[in-house]
Amino acid sequence: MANKISVMVNGKQCTGEVEARTLLSDYLREDLSLTGTHIGCDTSSCGACTVHVNGKAIKSCTMLAVQVDGSEVTTVEGLSTNGSLHPIQEGFKEEHGLQCGFCTPGMMMMATDFLKSNPNPSEKEIREALEGNFCRCTGYHNIVKSIQHAAKKMQGVEA
Amino acid sequence: MTKYIGKSVKRVEDKRFLTGQGKYTDDIKMPGMVYAYILRSPYAHATINSIDVEAASKADGVVAIFTGNDIPESIAGVPCGWQVDFKNGDTMKEPPHPLLVRKKVRHVGDGVAIVIANSKAQAKDASELVDVDYDIHDAVTDPKAAAQDGAPLVHEGVPNNMAFDWELGNPKEEVAAALASATHVTELDFVNQRMVPNAMEPRSAIGHYDTAYDKYTLYTSTQNPHLTRLLMCAFVLGLPEHKVRVVGPDVGGGFGSKIFHYAEEALVIWCSKQILKPIKWTCDRSEAFLTDAHGRDHVTNAKMGFDADGKIVALQAHTYANMGAYLSTFAPAVPTYLHGTLLQGLYTTPKINVDVTATFTHTNAVDAYRGAGRPEATYLLERLIDLAALEMDVDPAELRLKNFIAPFDGVEQEGYVTQVALQYDSGNYAPVLNKALEMVGYEAFREEQKNLSNGKLLGIGFSTYIEACGIAPSAVVGSLGARAGLFESAQVRVQPTGKVSVYSGSHSHGQGHETTFAQIVADRMGIALEDVEIIHGDSDSVAFGMGTYGSRSLAVGGSAIVKSIDKVLEKGAKIAAHLLEASSDDLEYEGGKWTVKGTDKSVGFGDVSLTAYVPHNYPEGLEPGLDFSSFYDPTNFTYPFGAHIAIVEIDKETGYTKLKRFIAVDDVGNVINPMIVDGQIHGGLAQGIGQAMHEGAIYDDTGQLINGSYMDYCMPRADDFPSFEIDRTVTPCPHNPLGVKGAGEAGAIGSTPAVVNAVIDALWKGGHKVKDIKMPLTPERVWTAMQD
Repeated sequence: MANKISVMVNGKQCTGEVEARTLLSDYLREDLSLTGTHIGCDTSSCGACTVHVNGKAIKSCTMLAVQVDGSEVTTVEGLSTNGSLHPIQEGFKEEHGLQCGFCTPGMMMMATDFLKSNPNPSEKEIREALEGNFCRCTGYHNIVKSIQHAAKKMQGVEA
Repeated sequence: MTKYIGKSVKRVEDKRFLTGQGKYTDDIKMPGMVYAYILRSPYAHATINSIDVEAASKADGVVAIFTGNDIPESIAGVPCGWQVDFKNGDTMKEPPHPLLVRKKVRHVGDGVAIVIANSKAQAKDASELVDVDYDIHDAVTDPKAAAQDGAPLVHEGVPNNMAFDWELGNPKEEVAAALASATHVTELDFVNQRMVPNAMEPRSAIGHYDTAYDKYTLYTSTQNPHLTRLLMCAFVLGLPEHKVRVVGPDVGGGFGSKIFHYAEEALVIWCSKQILKPIKWTCDRSEAFLTDAHGRDHVTNAKMGFDADGKIVALQAHTYANMGAYLSTFAPAVPTYLHGTLLQGLYTTPKINVDVTATFTHTNAVDAYRGAGRPEATYLLERLIDLAALEMDVDPAELRLKNFIAPFDGVEQEGYVTQVALQYDSGNYAPVLNKALEMVGYEAFREEQKNLSNGKLLGIGFSTYIEACGIAPSAVVGSLGARAGLFESAQVRVQPTGKVSVYSGSHSHGQGHETTFAQIVADRMGIALEDVEIIHGDSDSVAFGMGTYGSRSLAVGGSAIVKSIDKVLEKGAKIAAHLLEASSDDLEYEGGKWTVKGTDKSVGFGDVSLTAYVPHNYPEGLEPGLDFSSFYDPTNFTYPFGAHIAIVEIDKETGYTKLKRFIAVDDVGNVINPMIVDGQIHGGLAQGIGQAMHEGAIYDDTGQLINGSYMDYCMPRADDFPSFEIDRTVTPCPHNPLGVKGAGEAGAIGSTPAVVNAVIDALWKGGHKVKDIKMPLTPERVWTAMQD
């Protein structure tokens, strides 16, 4: 029943055996102990499990682990390098975009992908982009500001 | 001198959450850990004829299966922590709430068996092989229907499903006479619908029995580890409390739903002893929908009378409150002492009577959900007064201003004594409303509303609220039925190097205690924020705690910290006086050092700390060390208040309602960290607006929760909200050392009626004189209201 997979996760090659039914979210949490990816629902609605697969944000509970064989996966643990915060992490800190922190990894993974395709979004565009990510603590108010903060910072850095 | 207090200090806890290093219960793994899945009843009301676990026991990976019959009779059910008596003096009906049902299931989701296997998937697979034979019975889900003769009974020996009835305030006859003499009476029948709390982290519990130390550890997603330990040890499992450690690690939101002691916590602890392995249980979201204690669910009739000048002369309210199938930890307090006692609101109403009938139904338990009783009280008052303004054709803001209690600071002027058993601490109500009116541009809005010609309707809704927070004085809550004290503890431990560890009985699950508390400590002790660490959530390190709910952490937990700081500084002054060869009376403490007044002779906090632990040159008779604990029991609740205004736009063709603006001016007393307080308000607003416009649990007649998933239950999303416009006034609390009142629930308390009032206002201005639309205000409901 076991299937062998090889995945590049946060820049490290991971090889292992998984059941065919194992979700990517469970593989990351249980097999790789990357518990920053959270599971908030069972209907692919809440977005807490959002990660990047080959650079695109996806809900890791909608993919099977076997589907990412040969792919590159980035989780929240791989967002920042060298101990410094990624602009999106900095945005969430500066603008108080998190309270309990449970939805935060998914929000940030969603937002970083969104900002790639829309580096200078309006407030309306940010709110629409967050449709698939639930937060119960912040009323989304400061999450919007956090993403705006990151957008500005990332443009500055790239300019 | 404040370097930190009043500043938006960025949160010290953020880094671990931002980098994926937060440790929630489900993130914890132990060697040899096994996984539990709880098989639950698919029926709301049924008798179990038999349970056959034979096939399931042989399934792959199964370690053990326990049913209700495997649990010894000596183990009690989950207890209720608040007793409310019937009007006639009889004790409330408190039927047992077993960990696993033996004979009769009473709601969909009632636990029937626990299946433990080497993986969660295996446990789930095996649970499908458990064969339960049920006889299905009729169910009742509505709290008013449950009280009628002939309704299906939830528990034997509880006639008319009545858990208790309760009354407070002036005699009914006096209220009736005042209403009879009123110039205008507004009457409303309405439902405050059932809400699902939906903390984003699903509940999780790990039970671990350590044979070496004969000690149990429970990791659980809880808002109050110590109370969970007390209830579980003393009332459920009969375990010695000192042999049980309860840890609430990082917790992903609570909103009330994680205050309570749940059956699963006791189950994993008991099972871990049976199989001698650590057991993890984490619920799925659909399981959370069925078993996390719900909120609200009131069916109410209320009348508010006015004299010819528009002054309120009387209020009569009757509420049927749904308890669900069992009494959850604080459930009886919610519709009574957290609801009836708030019906004075901000108004001078001279006659008030509130009558509550609490019933059992074949539904999941209902208990405290953000605001707990106070949102229901505010909804009642604020719907009535706004509707009265429409009926009497007077301005809703002016009608409120006319009825507000006059300002009082609780120092020069006495606290305001209400008709419903409370004494408000301090209040100044007109400024919050006036500020909100200014922010919204009231006169300009009314012009815009009149002149609208785009196929839309515009409406404005008000809500001015008060809440009782910082719960609170133990003797008071004890007299009201609480079976626990509601103080808080704090220990301030100064290390020999002058670094400070603070152990708090409050529990942060998003509120930012590790920052706010540290700001208080750093400022009061004159040391750097980085030199303070706040430790919470572990019964083995924190002396005791009553946990976090009821906006109590800062007012009660923060005040306990202040008490301990005072003790540290008092002893520190004695050591400093010895080192400076001065009298401690001649010293002043500022900027982290004791100075002999009028001189440049001083000694720093670090030197004093070291001397306390290396007491070579030391005051005679003084104990070494610098480490103090305190228990703070307040003298009163705190009473935050505020004014909220909603502006909505309704599409006449579809009934689609857009929330265009939301203005909130709240007074939560002194503010330690404005950024965190604003965040608390934002989150509360979203939950209150969510109730008005989107959310609500729906049980069908057979007791099935028909919207028990995120595909069906409408969770508010980012684009459901405008950017909130918030501000505050500051009226300090006169009775705690920080002058704080609490901010956790304000947003959820004020916002719901403001939104509904705005929709009703829009409809009236559009010629549809409807009194009520049931929440949530779906386009279909709003459209139907316009088809008169």
